[in-house]
Amino acid sequence: MAMDAMAVIKQTFFQECEEQLAELEMGLLAIENGDHDQEIVNAVFRAVHSIKGGAGAFSLDDLVHFAHIFENTLDLMRSNRLQPTPEVVKTMLRAADVLADLVRAARDDGDFDDARTEALAQELAALGNGGVAVSAAQEKEEEVDLSQFRPRPIAFNFDEEPAAPAEPEKKTFSIRFKPKPDLYAKANEAALLLREIERLGVATITCDTSELPLLSELDPEGAYLAWTVELKTDADEATIREVFEFVEWDCDLEIKGDAASEAEELDVLALIRKVREAVEPEAASVSPEESVPAKAREPEDRGPVKSADILKIDQSKIDQSKADHAASGPQQTTSRVDRDRLDRLSELVGELVINQAMLAPRVTEAGLARGSDVTVGLDELEQLTRGIQDSVMAIRAQPVKSVFQRMPRLVREVAAMTGKSVRLFTEGENTEVDKTVIERLADPLTHMIRNAIDHGLEKPEKRLAAGKPEEGLVRLSAAHRSGRIVIEVADDGAGIDRTRVRASAVNKGLISADAQLSDDEIDNLIFLPGFSTAEKVSDISGRGVGMDVVKRSIQALGGRISITSKPGQGSVFTLSLPLTLAVLDGMVVTVAGQTLVVPLTAIVETLQPKGADVHGFGGGARVIAIRNMFTPLIDVGRELGYRNEAADPLTGVALLVESEGSMRSALLVDAIQGQRQVVIKSLEANYRHVHGIAAATILGDGRVALILDVDAVVANSRADMTAYLEPNLALAG
Amino acid sequence: MSKTVLTVDDSRTMRDMLMLALTEAGYHVVQAEDGVHGLEVLRATEPDVIVTDINMPRMDGYGFIKGVRGDEQHRTIPILVLTTESDAEKKDRARRAGATGWIVKPFDPVKLVDAIRRVAT
Amino acid sequence: MTEITRNVSGREIIAFRIGAQEFCVDIMSVREIRGWTPATALPQSPGFVRGVINLRGAVLPIVDLAARLGFPPAEPTARHVIIVAQIGTQVVGLLVDAVSDILTVTDDIVQPTPDVASEMAKTFVRGVLAVEGRMISLIALDNLLPAQEREAA
Repeated sequence: MAMDAMAVIKQTFFQECEEQLAELEMGLLAIENGDHDQEIVNAVFRAVHSIKGGAGAFSLDDLVHFAHIFENTLDLMRSNRLQPTPEVVKTMLRAADVLADLVRAARDDGDFDDARTEALAQELAALGNGGVAVSAAQEKEEEVDLSQFRPRPIAFNFDEEPAAPAEPEKKTFSIRFKPKPDLYAKANEAALLLREIERLGVATITCDTSELPLLSELDPEGAYLAWTVELKTDADEATIREVFEFVEWDCDLEIKGDAASEAEELDVLALIRKVREAVEPEAASVSPEESVPAKAREPEDRGPVKSADILKIDQSKIDQSKADHAASGPQQTTSRVDRDRLDRLSELVGELVINQAMLAPRVTEAGLARGSDVTVGLDELEQLTRGIQDSVMAIRAQPVKSVFQRMPRLVREVAAMTGKSVRLFTEGENTEVDKTVIERLADPLTHMIRNAIDHGLEKPEKRLAAGKPEEGLVRLSAAHRSGRIVIEVADDGAGIDRTRVRASAVNKGLISADAQLSDDEIDNLIFLPGFSTAEKVSDISGRGVGMDVVKRSIQALGGRISITSKPGQGSVFTLSLPLTLAVLDGMVVTVAGQTLVVPLTAIVETLQPKGADVHGFGGGARVIAIRNMFTPLIDVGRELGYRNEAADPLTGVALLVESEGSMRSALLVDAIQGQRQVVIKSLEANYRHVHGIAAATILGDGRVALILDVDAVVANSRADMTAYLEPNLALAG
Repeated sequence: MSKTVLTVDDSRTMRDMLMLALTEAGYHVVQAEDGVHGLEVLRATEPDVIVTDINMPRMDGYGFIKGVRGDEQHRTIPILVLTTESDAEKKDRARRAGATGWIVKPFDPVKLVDAIRRVAT
Repeated sequence: MTEITRNVSGREIIAFRIGAQEFCVDIMSVREIRGWTPATALPQSPGFVRGVINLRGAVLPIVDLAARLGFPPAEPTARHVIIVAQIGTQVVGLLVDAVSDILTVTDDIVQPTPDVASEMAKTFVRGVLAVEGRMISLIALDNLLPAQEREAA
């Protein structure tokens, strides 16, 4: 039974490790940034100490070993014997990475980099030595010291009594025990100690009351009694001393044995071994390393056979938890709620919002005046409903911290690979956003940060030449802005080299050589598919993965990405994302009698087509001139098959949209009904994917409205158009 | 009636392990996450024995022990500190603060229960 | 809207009419029966898919069973009925003219589909039941929805 419980605790331990690792890294980064608050140093020390403690309990020796060295160095820092210079903190940050690797290796039964671990262990030890490399002799000493930390395996087995000591021959000891007042002040009890002595054998106890004063002189906190015990036992003196372990400073203690035990007394090591044997019957008299029986190393194996099934289930839970961890990183949860239940709750609240919205016009239709009890009640219902919706969204919300926390390590690694010196500055990590958004944010952010260091920041010599500090700065920040989360990745590098970007785009045929582009338009070329400014494919920014991929993944989240750049001063990438994926800001439009929703993030602007701007080509294809740029005009009704003949553009409205690859198109719809937030409903759940449609939603009237898949409609239409118009119209980016 | 043990430790892992070992041995267990919390729980639950960690946020083990010893109502409750084997200095500091005894981490459940029996009536 | 109480003691079927013909499905597949409400048309979908409606927050596709079985498509009115049925993991609405009966039957009265039936009927009719002189065709629900669309390049 205990073994199942241990498996669960082990799972808890690894979760806790992730929290401690995050704490450790955050603390070290704060110290690096010059925060000398003692409490931060303490927290950092505590994090490593806790990991060591737990690891010891599970006999994770490699982890204990490294954590111990790390802890020692941190202890020096804690006691001001080691100054947190930038070099020291950088080493510690790298040590934190190694520690994280060791934790994960232990968790996943995986491998870790032995050489790297050993190298850092030595670096840490050297820090403690005032930077002097550890000599062979010292190292040896350290090893001996460390051996104490090879933890004893814990046998959580309460059914087995420790086996009787090997030598049952009885000896007689004479014990004199006189407590001092301190003994009682520390809540020790003479009577309990004597009871323990009695358990060791046959004891004759005499109480010496000779020092007891008159009642009037008696100090209630004083200690006046002494005891003499004649003990006939097969235990040795060490065992007896162990009874008084807690009180040896707070009492006078004399133990006299017979001749046989006196001889033995000299052999302290033998004594210790015997004590060990008494406590751990399985531990043979060999070195502590070897004494660990194989089966005790793996406590799982000791569970009764009948619990195998339970163990299996537990293991799968652990695996699941691992998977969750891998996906979402460390998390700080105070209560665990099944994800399905939460999804169901959000869904129901979505229904509630829709139903409530449906009710309002019905009440008006029923002829009830505003201000009547019913409408007032309805207003209250609306407020409550919104309140519930906000609360449910808050439950699903998590701070972006879990993603931000992965970045310092990334920065260190990329900095090391590129030979650049980088400091990462993060802010707003407590900004909350839906968990599903967070999960899908890690990859694009990783790529953007890599990019900022690899392409954005200059090499140290260039920075110095430009009069900048050698160390480059990358700032990662998050904030809520008008119902969305805005994340910025900024660097103080050289900024976009517009001449080079432009030349590269021309080379790759993305723009014509004589295209007139504003600075902003040039900057945005980097989001075009197939664009890469790196002259050689770099290991860091990945192969063939460009900013277009980042842009697409952000758009898939209903977000937008933009860039501003100043030559010589750096670039800022700004992401704006919805707070949840369950709702979408949409523009509700009418097309051929149908109501459709167009995601607002795709729409750049809306305009009323004028006759002179629309030009027709064969096959019904048309373009519209918007500020002298010919843009394909796509009739949504015809594209979706709602009508065969294209609608008259002059009676409709054009939505200028930006789709995949920054292509701009104009979508022709019949009318705009308005903007609203809609709850996204899957079409696939009960039907299947429909080309040109992203999902469905339910509007206030209870009818289903389809949400347009702008990318798909544009791509489809362009394919048709290209077939017709290839020779006539070259569609520049 | 089974005895109540208050465990004070900021590590969930350690709290869980203590809980497991002590409940298996028939103790009733109440938990606290640090010294401050420990003093609150102490007043609310009146434990028979306390097992506390040293390194904790907000109030460490030494502070907590002094807090208990300074509290007229609770000064006689035995307190065992959890400490690592090597740390004679820590043991000594805990002792001077008023600890009744100590348990070496990683703890052996048998020794833990033994130590509690040794200090608790 | 009628909620069907399930009776597991016998095999119950729910019979309905399309034009002059009678069909049935196993009552265990039926979630509920409701009146017709206008559906939102789906682009690029086969003619027998009338569109989607809101079923208490879920998006429910409506299959015009007449059109699916090769009869002239229905002209749905308020008197038409939607049988909400579970097909695998999906829930689908079947548009029929009217529900005619709920019957308890045993497996032995189910006869093979006669050879004279059209290919269309053979695809969707699992067998026929003779009940009190009526011929009721048992619908196999599995193939009613169009196959999942392959993700177009």
